[in-house]
Amino acid sequence: MIETDIIIIGAGPVGLFTVFEAGLLKLKCHLIDSLPMPGGQLIEIYPKKPIYDIPGFPIVNAGELIDSLMKQCSVFKPGFTLGESAIKLEETENGKFIVTTIKGTRHLAPIVIIAGGLGVFEPRKPPIESLVKYEDKGVEYIIRNPEFYKDKRVVVSGGGDSALDWSIYLVENKIVNELTLVHRRTSFRGHLDSVQKVMDMAADGRIKLITDAEVVGISGSEKLETLTIKHSTLGDIVMKADHFIPLFGLTPSLGPIATWGLDLEKNAVKVDTLDYSTNRKGVYAVGDINTYPGKLKLILCGFHEGTLAVQSAFARIYPNKKNVLKYTTVNGVTGF
Amino acid sequence: MENTIKVTIIDREGALHDLEGPTDMNLNIMEICKMHELPVEGICGGMALCASCQVYLESETPLPEQSDAEQGMLDEAFHVKDNSRLGCQIRLTQEIDGIILRLAP
Repeated sequence: MIETDIIIIGAGPVGLFTVFEAGLLKLKCHLIDSLPMPGGQLIEIYPKKPIYDIPGFPIVNAGELIDSLMKQCSVFKPGFTLGESAIKLEETENGKFIVTTIKGTRHLAPIVIIAGGLGVFEPRKPPIESLVKYEDKGVEYIIRNPEFYKDKRVVVSGGGDSALDWSIYLVENKIVNELTLVHRRTSFRGHLDSVQKVMDMAADGRIKLITDAEVVGISGSEKLETLTIKHSTLGDIVMKADHFIPLFGLTPSLGPIATWGLDLEKNAVKVDTLDYSTNRKGVYAVGDINTYPGKLKLILCGFHEGTLAVQSAFARIYPNKKNVLKYTTVNGVTGF
Repeated sequence: MENTIKVTIIDREGALHDLEGPTDMNLNIMEICKMHELPVEGICGGMALCASCQVYLESETPLPEQSDAEQGMLDEAFHVKDNSRLGCQIRLTQEIDGIILRLAP
């Protein structure tokens, strides 16, 4: 069990700056994030995009901002549990919280601050009836172990880099018995090299390429057996398959947080603007994941919210201690 | 009225919503829908990164060509048709006065 003062769920800009503000109060933080690296959507979605409204930075790239925030909070030595989404929040008898991740990693702290941004990034699922029924029975959204597909008939769907790259990988390494790539349009938007390679492999018959088509139906008694592919001009194609791997990128959703007994509104966690606390004492929500009258989803607002939340957290952890605001300019920053 | 255009949104139940949109506030279709509390999520905030504001163009309104980012996103989205666009990439300008858009599922 990992023990700390504050568990921060979400290692985006607001989570990282909250570590710094907590550190000034000598509170130690541990961050949990479903993505394998810190930075949240700034790194996952738009690392190269410029941001113009961070005070003091006329222009800063999202990736650079995260680097700076990591540097800024590093003096307070935050812990990280990355690549694991937080799925369970339990309260102990003495009022502390245990947060458990999908891989079973447990974290204990008196305070939980949810800085979850857009939520958890999950694979985008195509709207096919009965798709969910065949999950792990032939339908997978992520390729964890390529050898799992040894000698199987695999259908990959999608037009981006991951669909192209995995199709190439599974065929080039002679893993699959048969590979079909289904894409809604005739052109692909992946790297030119990958597109060319897939076209070459399709020309010599190593990849069965079906464009202008979508997988629309799945059937099978115990597990996936056949797929129905709808072609824009040729009509329905029914083919036998062992696995169907739709690769349509990631999309954020509130995820397990929605089941933690927190008051929600419009897919966000309701907070009190006094200290950004939720309806559960000791649990706070800051940044894009929260909502309150007048809420603005801006990084700079999240910084403010995290700052006030840790003040309240301090008072909760040390009810008998008085905290006096000290300017960093006066005392500097003393790390752990 | 000057600096105001008419935008018609057909929601997922088929109901028509006639909205008046200002052209001088740098707004896009996703934002005007949200302002009027129509069920458009706009998760990514308008960066053409989530397709939760997908609409179908149902009028002959000429629109600027799709950017690479918009095309790329629509490639990964679902329920995409030939007339699909991302609401966040359509700016409210005089040129689109009278546009009719239907919300994608």
